[in-house]
Amino acid sequence: MTVSATQSHSSVQVPPHHPLGHQVTRWIKTQLFPTPFQSCLSLITLALLVWFTPLALDWLLFSATFVGDSKADCVGGGACWLPVTQRIELFVYGFYPDTEIWRVNIAFGLAAAILPLLYIKQIDRRWVLGYLIVLPFLMWWLLKGGIGLPEVSSTKFAGILVTVFLGVIGMLFALPMGILLALGRRSNKPVIKLLSVLYIELVRSVPVITLLFMASLMIQLLFPEGMTIDIFLRVLIVLIMFTAAYMAETIRGGLQGMPSGQYEAAKALGFSYWKTMGLIILPQVLRNTIPPLLTQFIGLFKETTLVVVVGVLDVVGIAMSTTAAPEWLGLEHEVYLFLALFFFTICFTLSRYARHLEKQMEKSRS
Amino acid sequence: MSTASQFSSTVSANHDTTAISIDNLNKWYGDFHALKNISLKVTSGERIVVCGPSGSGKSTLIRCVNQLERHQQGSLTVLGETLDENRKRLQRIRRNVGMCFQHFNLFPHLSVLKNCTLPQTANLRVPQAEAIEYALSLLDRVQMREHANKYPGQLSGGQQQRIAIARALCMRPKIMLFDEPTSALDPEMIAEVLEVMVDLANDGMTMLCVTHEMGFARRVADRVVFMDQGEIVEEAPPQQFFDTPQSARTKRFLTQILDHGVTAA
Repeated sequence: MTVSATQSHSSVQVPPHHPLGHQVTRWIKTQLFPTPFQSCLSLITLALLVWFTPLALDWLLFSATFVGDSKADCVGGGACWLPVTQRIELFVYGFYPDTEIWRVNIAFGLAAAILPLLYIKQIDRRWVLGYLIVLPFLMWWLLKGGIGLPEVSSTKFAGILVTVFLGVIGMLFALPMGILLALGRRSNKPVIKLLSVLYIELVRSVPVITLLFMASLMIQLLFPEGMTIDIFLRVLIVLIMFTAAYMAETIRGGLQGMPSGQYEAAKALGFSYWKTMGLIILPQVLRNTIPPLLTQFIGLFKETTLVVVVGVLDVVGIAMSTTAAPEWLGLEHEVYLFLALFFFTICFTLSRYARHLEKQMEKSRS
Repeated sequence: MSTASQFSSTVSANHDTTAISIDNLNKWYGDFHALKNISLKVTSGERIVVCGPSGSGKSTLIRCVNQLERHQQGSLTVLGETLDENRKRLQRIRRNVGMCFQHFNLFPHLSVLKNCTLPQTANLRVPQAEAIEYALSLLDRVQMREHANKYPGQLSGGQQQRIAIARALCMRPKIMLFDEPTSALDPEMIAEVLEVMVDLANDGMTMLCVTHEMGFARRVADRVVFMDQGEIVEEAPPQQFFDTPQSARTKRFLTQILDHGVTAA
């Protein structure tokens, strides 16, 4: 190839600088109308959107009723959000005593603080870890009371309070337990290995709903009469046990993917087993398994809704009791849409956060 | 590269002491007899090159020295301590014996600097500031200081291997093991790694190297050990080993390897 040819070739490589309008038409052309068939699909989709969006917005917002006292006030023809707005305190705090609601708010705040804590890189990891370890106990103390706070019966726990509590504490305990189980399953000590395998296989082979029933009915049989464990704690333990078994398998997959050279290098440098795992192997494994682990976190968060079958009223339980109440009869659509929105917001936030983490890892690795 | 005596403080000037003593070592992988009655003594400050065809057991031998491989028979004494089931003793020995691998095995989730400081802070309880200072001085030695904040994945093979050497040296080892440190490198990067190793040898480090770099062996080694089929076939100073090899197997190996021109450095 001659010099002039390479030069003319390289001049083509300079990205063309077009005005914005040009770029938009270009995008429309290449993305929406590349072939006749795809053009047809695009047109149909656009038509549906144009027809559906105003209808949906009108029903959801413009003609909807947000303020009022009873179903009779819903005259706009749109959605009737009154069962949610009127009962929002019930949805969020359940039957928690009014005078103590500040405790729930603090507990929510503490749980929400996890995200910025994980986000801000400047904070020492050890502090974050310490916070995550203390948090479940702090939340339990705030909600349940005792030591300096008036005790609140857990029969008063309901609504979003239950969902958030089960979800957050479940996640905080399930991950470390899953890690230990995964390590146990790969241990070269036969007893530890056998116990881990048995546990994982047993828990994975039983539907979570069965485990919940067992927790609510059977565990009681093991204890002497009069001694009870809070039903709340029982379902929490089941959710943790269940999620941990699945996480253990995900993490085990990650451990198997680690090159043996990493273990050898750590050994040769004099790292002990726990230091090798904690400082060298697990940090890499957890990074590699963020997407599946997050799927399990989201799964756990949604599975908390199953506790309704053993009589714990989570946010779904409140929704069910609302739609069954005579004054709000016939407003299932609105109530369940609200539920869907609630779960979507939290799960989508989690999913975006995981994506952000993954991107950060990619950046530091390439 | 400078030969400032940075490492000599850790290396005893007393050449009479035995660094490694291997006595009638046997190892099997299932039915395969990988090491057959190996005996070898390395005095401190000595540089030994172990060579031989692939599958001859040379890597297995040096991996036995820090027990990445377990032997089944025979005894192994490293720095005056005889290896047994005692885990604390093994860890102590491992901290005194540095090792470099064919595939570097740097920790990809840690920066270059952290790769060199973490072993010090976690295993030797060196204070952070001191660990950083020492790590930087060693990275300087292998001419990688300007890459201290990069991650292993961003560096070439030769650069990674030099960092791996610096990382091993961070533990202030008295013995260094090299397991084919240049075999996974592109030809143009072999020289930079060998240069670091020569520098280390000139500083008096006790070295046990498995390598195919015969030029390095000739230049640096006090003794060359030739292994084949799990046995030590020949053991001689380099001059004698290369010029007047005794056994037929050694001769054949040398012809093969020299014909391929693997004589860099």
